[in-house]
Amino acid sequence: MSETVLRVRGLRTHFTLDDGVVKAVDGVDLDIARGETLAVVGESGCGKSVMARSILRLVDRPGRITGGEIWVRQPPDGMVDLVSADTRAVRAVRGKRIAMVFQEPMTSMSPMHTLGNQIGEVILLHERVTKAEARRRTIELLGRVDIPDPRRRVDEYPFQMSGGMLQRAMIAMALACNPELLIADEPTTALDVTTQARILELLRSLQDDFGMAVMLITHDLGVAAQMADRVAVMYMGNVVERGDVVSVFRSPRHPYTKALLRSIPRLGTGARERLRPVRGMVPHAYRRPSGCPFHSRCEEFMAGRCDVTVPPPVAGPEPGREVRCLLYEGTGAAPDRAGGPGNHPDSHRESREEEGT
Amino acid sequence: MNPPPGKDGPVTSTTAAPREDVALLETRGLTKHFPLRRGLLGRVAGQVRAVDGVDLRVPARRTVALVGESGCGKSTLGRCLLRVYEPTAGQILFRDPADGGTVDLAALDEAALKPYRSQIRMVFQDPFASLNPRMTLLQIVGEPLRVNRGLGREELEEQVAELLRRVGLRPEHMRRYPNAFSGGQRQRVGIARALALSPRLVVADEAVSALDVSVRAQILNLLKDLQDEEDLTYLFISHDLGVVEYMADEVVVMYVGRIVETGATDELYGRPLHPYTEALLSAVPDPDPTARRQERIVLRGEVADPSRVPAGCPFHPRCFHARDRCATEVPALREIRPGRKAACHFAEELELRGVRS
Ligand SMILES: Nc1ncnc2c1ncn2[C@@H]1O[C@H](COP(=O)(O)OP(=O)(O)O)[C@@H](O)[C@H]1O
Ligand SMILES: Nc1ncnc2c1ncn2[C@@H]1O[C@H](COP(=O)(O)OP(=O)(O)O)[C@@H](O)[C@H]1O
Ligand code: SF4
Ligand code: SF4
Ligand SMILES: [Mg+2]
Ligand SMILES: [Mg+2]
Repeated sequence: MSETVLRVRGLRTHFTLDDGVVKAVDGVDLDIARGETLAVVGESGCGKSVMARSILRLVDRPGRITGGEIWVRQPPDGMVDLVSADTRAVRAVRGKRIAMVFQEPMTSMSPMHTLGNQIGEVILLHERVTKAEARRRTIELLGRVDIPDPRRRVDEYPFQMSGGMLQRAMIAMALACNPELLIADEPTTALDVTTQARILELLRSLQDDFGMAVMLITHDLGVAAQMADRVAVMYMGNVVERGDVVSVFRSPRHPYTKALLRSIPRLGTGARERLRPVRGMVPHAYRRPSGCPFHSRCEEFMAGRCDVTVPPPVAGPEPGREVRCLLYEGTGAAPDRAGGPGNHPDSHRESREEEGT
Repeated sequence: MNPPPGKDGPVTSTTAAPREDVALLETRGLTKHFPLRRGLLGRVAGQVRAVDGVDLRVPARRTVALVGESGCGKSTLGRCLLRVYEPTAGQILFRDPADGGTVDLAALDEAALKPYRSQIRMVFQDPFASLNPRMTLLQIVGEPLRVNRGLGREELEEQVAELLRRVGLRPEHMRRYPNAFSGGQRQRVGIARALALSPRLVVADEAVSALDVSVRAQILNLLKDLQDEEDLTYLFISHDLGVVEYMADEVVVMYVGRIVETGATDELYGRPLHPYTEALLSAVPDPDPTARRQERIVLRGEVADPSRVPAGCPFHPRCFHARDRCATEVPALREIRPGRKAACHFAEELELRGVRS
């Protein structure tokens, strides 16, 4: 129950362009335990997708991982750092132990091939089974993700399906090899709420059946609140706050998390309270503020400190929580910074089990 | 760029607009069918009943929201009001501010329609696609003024400067091009352009759907302020029920081209009368992690195809409350109680769940 399937430490992915360097991911720490859901939230451009692609070493030039560690479980009981691993080791993880689905289903599907061929191919690539067996498993998977009449659909092409159905087919493809971690990058952003509700419910039930962990990337705080055990809030390439979803949403510590939560209308409260949006806007990627990257928009800005010092992570008050803000400097223990395959940050697990969601 | 100062305080005026129940706009049996073409010769093989006999009422100075899953005809309806699409049938009754009488916009020829085109304006979803990249803000916002009012250069610049100021943009930026601005700023430009001719009705079609939460909140607040300052009436088209609750006085729910329910926002959200409305509300992810709803209603099947509308109640193939009668008899939109209409045979007896208040 408490095994770590992914542990990211100090991950940096930078894009070196003619006009400057975009620090898309700049020192991200994350942990995901077996079977749990981590929601990664943040506004567009904050680095969620680049971070996710970095984990699978799928960043294209001019992007490059410039630092950090990405530890992934390696059976029977070791861990491997994908940043320093060779291509073979990375391939053994990608699509097999960690699979990914995207907002746009057609980024991982070909319009030229039937669902059956595409999903079957994934199975054949990773496992020693016959074609007939791969087809049988494909039909089973399509049924499992709620696609009606899978025996007929297996021979259809993507253009013959609706957006919601395609998204489910892509999830089926990601599940083909029984991954222990599914990274879902905005899987429901383009869909109606009704279709979204179906996909989210599907993800939940698959998680129950397969025991896989999910990293759910979303800009929708409602989706995060409904799905996550734990949540990580990103701003300009950094995880500025993380912890179990209830305490982060109930008593956010970082001024950005607070501001984000204030800027969404809460269903059932009507228009009684005016929204209080975050001031201003995200700075241009080239003009990354000195010190705390949020300082240009922060209501708690402390001149001479916030624009000078990069906030280190501070742990607490609940186990497994961490915030990067100078308001809390010296208030908590230094969090577990250790990389490597060694100790699991067990505090995380305790808090999750108490939540009992 | 920051929003205008002093706009984040507690609100006093969101519901202070005088409750004038005069309809600014009313449609009667508004219908738009698109020919469905098939095959190489483009033979007409049927009709897409995008909007099918809609009676819509938009009271002056109020916000009426149009909600429903994608493809239900919201945009088509909005475009018919501006005669971007020619209605197939029905009336569009607009109250003439000059004499207080009403005129049927659907019956006017292009010349007679012209004065009304400046009274109904549209704000679109995609601020990137809806602004010409080769025009400066001055040209974009000034164009309707130049064309309709024949303003000279100096006067034009003055008015554009004032419009930009009103939507929270810096007038000194009027010679810049759209690509120098962020998504939220471009949406402000789109709003300034819509307001240039002092319209009375603004049709906002998914105007905040592409924006990040914090920017979205800024734009929603701006729209509310402008409504108070300029006595605007909004038809607010959105698939986001959280945003709709914040913005709208009344809500109109559409399903495959028809209205299935209408009512004041609080009442409709508190106690929906149509099973489709109940399902929509139930699907919205609540940003409170402690309020995870156990019995979420997850709709089966797909949205009905408007070229093959099911017999009887169009919603019956997906409705959890459907009975025999629903498959054969079309439910009329009728008043269930004062101010509340629904198109369901069993609206009186069903006990449907809303969102808590
Ligand atoms: N191929 C690329 N070249 C240059 N910059 C990029 C590239 N891909 C992403 N970025 C930049 O990296 C940052 C993070 O992007 P992304 O991870 O896509 O954000 P998110 O998924 O949170 O919206 C952005 O500033 C973006 O412009
Ligand atoms: N120009 C068009 N030609 C043919 N069909 C159209 C056209 N515009 C919209 N439709 C169809 O009309 C229906 C309603 O579309 P739309 O009004 O865009 O829905 P919504 O805005 O609610 O998503 C859809 O089935 C759509 O495919
Ligand atoms: S470090 Fe300073 S600027 Fe950054 S979030 Fe904390 S208070 Fe705000
Ligand atoms: S008329 Fe019947 S099918 Fe239609 S919404 Fe009412 S109960 Fe459901
Ligand atoms: Mg992304
Ligand atoms: Mg639309």
